[in-house]
Amino acid sequence: MIKRDTRFTILLLIPVLLVLIAYVLYPSLRTFFESLHTEGGTSFQNYSDFFSQESKTNLEALWNSVYISVLSVIASALIGIPLAFIFNRYDFPGRGFFSTAAIMPIVLPSLVGVMAFMFLYGETGLVPNALKDLFGLKNVPFKIGGVSGILIVHAYTMYVYFYMTVSSAINKIDPSLEEAAYNLGANRFKVFWRVTFPLLTPAIVAASLLVFMISMASFSAPFLLAGGYRVLSLQIYFSKLNGDMEVAATQSVILSIVSIAFLLFMRWYQNRKDYRMASKGIGAHRSEVKNPILKWVMVLVGVIAVIILLLPHFTILLLSLVPDGTWTYQTYPSVFNIENYRLLLQDPNIFKPLKNSLLLAFIATFGNLIFGVLTSYLLVKRKFIGKNLVDILVMIPWALPATVIGMNLIFAFNEPSIFSFGNILVGTFWILPLAYFIRHIPLVVRSTNAVLEQLDDSIEEASRSLGAKWFYTFRRVILPIIMPGVLSGTLLAFVEAVGEFPTSVLLYTISNRPISIEIMNQLRMFNMGQAAAYGMIQIVLIAIVLFVSNKFFGVKAEQSLS
Amino acid sequence: MASIKIENVQKAFGKVIAVDHLNLEIKDGEFFTFLGPSGCGKTTTLRMIAGFYYPTKGIVRFGDKDMTRVPPEKRNTGMVFQNYALFPHMTVFENVAFGLKVRKISSGELKKRVQDVLQKVRLNQYSDRQVSQLSGGQQQRVALARALVIEPEILLLDEPLSNLDAKLRDEMRSEILRLQREYKITTIYVTHDQAEALSMSDRIAVFNFGVCHQIGTPSEIYNEPSNDFVAGFIGEINLFPARIEKKTNEQVFLSVQTGAGPKEMTVKNHPFNVDPDSPGDLAISIRPEAIILHYRQVDGANVLKGKIEEVYFFGSVINLIISVEGMRLKADLLNNQSIKIKKGTEVFVQLPEDHIRVIPMVSGESS
Ligand SMILES: Nc1ncnc2c1ncn2[C@@H]1O[C@H](COP(=O)(O)OP(=O)(O)O)[C@@H](O)[C@H]1O
Ligand SMILES: [Mg+2]
Repeated sequence: MIKRDTRFTILLLIPVLLVLIAYVLYPSLRTFFESLHTEGGTSFQNYSDFFSQESKTNLEALWNSVYISVLSVIASALIGIPLAFIFNRYDFPGRGFFSTAAIMPIVLPSLVGVMAFMFLYGETGLVPNALKDLFGLKNVPFKIGGVSGILIVHAYTMYVYFYMTVSSAINKIDPSLEEAAYNLGANRFKVFWRVTFPLLTPAIVAASLLVFMISMASFSAPFLLAGGYRVLSLQIYFSKLNGDMEVAATQSVILSIVSIAFLLFMRWYQNRKDYRMASKGIGAHRSEVKNPILKWVMVLVGVIAVIILLLPHFTILLLSLVPDGTWTYQTYPSVFNIENYRLLLQDPNIFKPLKNSLLLAFIATFGNLIFGVLTSYLLVKRKFIGKNLVDILVMIPWALPATVIGMNLIFAFNEPSIFSFGNILVGTFWILPLAYFIRHIPLVVRSTNAVLEQLDDSIEEASRSLGAKWFYTFRRVILPIIMPGVLSGTLLAFVEAVGEFPTSVLLYTISNRPISIEIMNQLRMFNMGQAAAYGMIQIVLIAIVLFVSNKFFGVKAEQSLS
Repeated sequence: MASIKIENVQKAFGKVIAVDHLNLEIKDGEFFTFLGPSGCGKTTTLRMIAGFYYPTKGIVRFGDKDMTRVPPEKRNTGMVFQNYALFPHMTVFENVAFGLKVRKISSGELKKRVQDVLQKVRLNQYSDRQVSQLSGGQQQRVALARALVIEPEILLLDEPLSNLDAKLRDEMRSEILRLQREYKITTIYVTHDQAEALSMSDRIAVFNFGVCHQIGTPSEIYNEPSNDFVAGFIGEINLFPARIEKKTNEQVFLSVQTGAGPKEMTVKNHPFNVDPDSPGDLAISIRPEAIILHYRQVDGANVLKGKIEEVYFFGSVINLIISVEGMRLKADLLNNQSIKIKKGTEVFVQLPEDHIRVIPMVSGESS
């Protein structure tokens, strides 16, 4: 006889496995089979084409992706690690404010962020032109674009991952370790290199892997800034546009393999038993900066850093106040009003994308909520064989670049399948909510895992021993306790879905354009103001979510982003 | 209320056997304690009674009902967890009312019963508090009230006092006893603290490595431990390996292994002192307080010459370590002020024939 408990676990597991197989595993496999498809039948011809010398573009794109990713890791580390040190180890006026401002790049959806950088530092950007006028130069002193543009945007958005992981590692170091080293006669330099730095290596490695993966997957920045520069995530999109579906599939599989290899490596690295994590939660030791010159230099650096960090946000705000058609050949905009926002609310055509995005994101996130809670409960509180496998399936959408997820869905659902109940989903309304849902499975499951792991098993047992059945216990005890954490993860998924660009651009339909596609359209028509107004709405939404999570749920939502 | 019967129960977690060959009978209304070092299978046994684990082998009965595979929510046991497991999102009242709500008790009666039990644990002032605002001792009372209010057949407590500081622990100890007497409820109490077990229980089961070594009243367990593990785990004891040389009607002659070679000793031939058919390796055991100290050579059985090595002063009692025949002997004295004990003093210790017990050795080590 199978035990009652086991039977129940199986019952919960069935829907979870079905969803994961249907929408994570099956689409990936479809892409793989598509990549084997050649005129002469089934073969690895597409792969040998990819790696052959003739198709230089593919290899070049792969190489470029790796090259940019490595440089992004280095640049992000060089910004994020020192900042983490300064803000967590030293106390000086404004420290709290600076350390909060340091995570502001997260509040910028990637497409909007890239747009802001174009307006700030591009050919006609505000900063280069201001410098040109200020110093009476003939040409703009610099402009971003191509590799440098992508790198700068990456560094700006991705240093935050270094900043957050290293900060939390610094705060977990038991100060007595360093004190012990001093006590044994080591000097500052020695203590840093022999004690502190080794203790931080796991965090630095984790952040490096993360940033590498994220920049391999990066789409918006190359899309808007690359010019002729080819990276793999973008190549997939172009192959699809050109109708070279088999090539797109092959590129997707290769990018998937790289990403999943990284995912597995990261899991292995983080699950290693690590002495470095031994003591935790000791609380930060900050030394006050006494030297007045040094102190004010630090404050000055902080202020400048904050200005640079917030400049993109202000640019978007500023642009959103410039009515379209009033800034054409002039160097600087001159008319400011809230026309764009008025149009957004009053012109149904302009409002529609916003409404679409909100609806799509709502449907997707509702699915994430239900699926996330169920899956997380299974992963954290139930025992079953193959848990590790389920866990990996859950994390795959996190590892896979959005472009690949989009392609997978195209290959899986451009023909009827049992998983779409015999319908073709591509070209319908439902493909986008499905894509957003898949994209955010890991985020919601992981943020729910975090709260469920905090919840002692004895709470559930207490309820059962008081006579409550499982469902009653779940509804009345477990759900209310974990709800704050779950909601903060879900809200974050919601705002991310509202701004989602890479899958949208592959899958949207004309009648159902989300906000990010409309931003692209407006940019193409040089309606910067309207594009910025859309962007501003996203920024505000994200800011609200982070604020609400921090304030009412007591959850640092930004941490579930990494 | 119910009696509990555990028949030949085994619980295995994969290859680890947490509990084996367990047979217990707990009487109606009894205060029964599982005592043993950490990891010996107490919690596992308790959880099999609560229904959180099902035994790998054997049967669990409440009264005559076979409960072996009944799920926890149908057992009507009240459980108090080590960490209390209070529902953090509910007030004191809501926590206590939870089990009654599940049982669909009408709101009037529910209120009455909750207030009643809160009165009994002296928390009626706090019924609207959030549980996180309570002190450890108060949380403990809420956990007790929550378990008691459903009028369970059996109350299960898993190391309930281990999270409290010493003073609160004493207070809660008598509180738990008072409530148990008042509700006359069959209670199983898990602890690794022998003093707690001895002072509270009607009967105790002593566990080690998943095996129950002895079941008995506190005085039986203390005075007549069944083997060297029980003797050593409960209270202090002197244990020396020994062999029976010969028996007369009056006496049993032993050869005791000392640091200075075998030494002859005698004990009364009485079931209390020598189990007539105890098998395997044997040891003599004697409690430190049973040892008699002389300052001059005296006649009598088992008198040995020794020197005081250490003196530990505890106020009412004085613990001594005495080296005798190359062994270290523990002896306790009541502090009656007249005696002057000093390190290095030569003394004669007597192990009274009627206080020595010869017991089997099961742990494979002597202390
Ligand atoms: N859920 C479990 N899975 C595997 N082993 C367990 C589990 N629960 C207990 N054990 C093992 O069973 C033994 C007895 O544990 P337990 O009953 O918790 O001891 P106690 O409560 O007496 O400290 C220990 O060796 C423990 O490691
Ligand atoms: Mg235990």
